[in-house]
Amino acid sequence: MREPRVELLWWEGCPSTDEALAILREEMAELGLDPGAIDAREVSTDAEARREEFVGSPTIRVDGRDVQPLSDEPIGLSCRVYRTTDGRVSPVPDRLEVRQTLTDAMKGGDD
Amino acid sequence: MAQASATKVGDLAPPLELPDTSGTVHALPTRDEAPATVVVWTCNHCPYALGWHDRIVQVARDYEDRGVRFLAVNSNDQERYPRDSLEAMRERVESEDWPFPYLHDESQEAARAWAAQVTPHLYVLDSELRIRYEGAPDPDHMDPGQDAVWLREALDAVLVGTAPARAATDPVGCSIKWK
Repeated sequence: MREPRVELLWWEGCPSTDEALAILREEMAELGLDPGAIDAREVSTDAEARREEFVGSPTIRVDGRDVQPLSDEPIGLSCRVYRTTDGRVSPVPDRLEVRQTLTDAMKGGDD
Repeated sequence: MAQASATKVGDLAPPLELPDTSGTVHALPTRDEAPATVVVWTCNHCPYALGWHDRIVQVARDYEDRGVRFLAVNSNDQERYPRDSLEAMRERVESEDWPFPYLHDESQEAARAWAAQVTPHLYVLDSELRIRYEGAPDPDHMDPGQDAVWLREALDAVLVGTAPARAATDPVGCSIKWK
C-alpha cells in the first residue's frame, strides 16, 4: 500500500483546525494509514501564505492535491469556506472528500 | 481562542454610528425608541458567518413586527481581505435582499469599542441600550435546525422585560481581520 504525503496547513485565526485534524486522523486510521505522519504546519504570515499558496485555514493536501478543488480562492490568511456534499457552508472539508482524496493517492493517482 | 470581552452583559452599549452600503449613516436607536436591538459583527468570507447568516436573517424577519432593530457590522480590513470591501458588501446586500443595514466599519473603531472578536459576534440590547446577551446565535453553525435559538431566547426575554436565562455564550467564528 502506498503511503501518501498528507499535509494540514492551518492559521490561528480560525477555530476549525482541531475539527479538521480529527477528521483527517480518523479517515487515515480507517484506511490503515498512520495519522502520526500528518505534516501539520502553521501559516502565520502573509509571506508564508504566499510561499505555501495557502488559500485559507484549514487546507488539507494529499500528495499536493487539495481535498476540495479550488476555484478562485485568493491566497492569504483567512478561514476557508468549504461546501458539504449537501450544499451547506462549512469551515472544514467534507469527510467523504477527505477519504476519496486519500484513497486516490493510495492508488497512485486520482483516476 | 477568543479573548475576554471589554464589553460585558449589563453594560450600556458603546455608541455605534456607521454608514451602510449605500452611504446612509445608521446609529443605535435612542433610549426607548426600540424594545430591543441586535448588533451582529459579520463579514463576507467567513464560513461561520455565512453558515449562520440565513438564521439571523430569519430572526430579523420574525421579530420585525415587534419593533426589534438589527444592525450588521463588517470591520474586517478590506485591503488584505478584498472580499470584505465596501463594494463586495454592497453586491451581497443587493443580491441577497438583506432585511437590515450592513454597516462598514472602515476605521475598525466600532469593533474595538465593542470588543467584537469574531464573526459572527452578537449583542442583544434592551430598550435602554444595555447589553443583555452576547455571544453566538445558537450551539451549532452547521445545523440550520438550531434556528438561532440562543438569539431568539434572548430576544424573547428582553421583549418581556426580563433578563435572558443564558446571558452570554462563547462567540464562535473567524477572528476579525485587524489592520
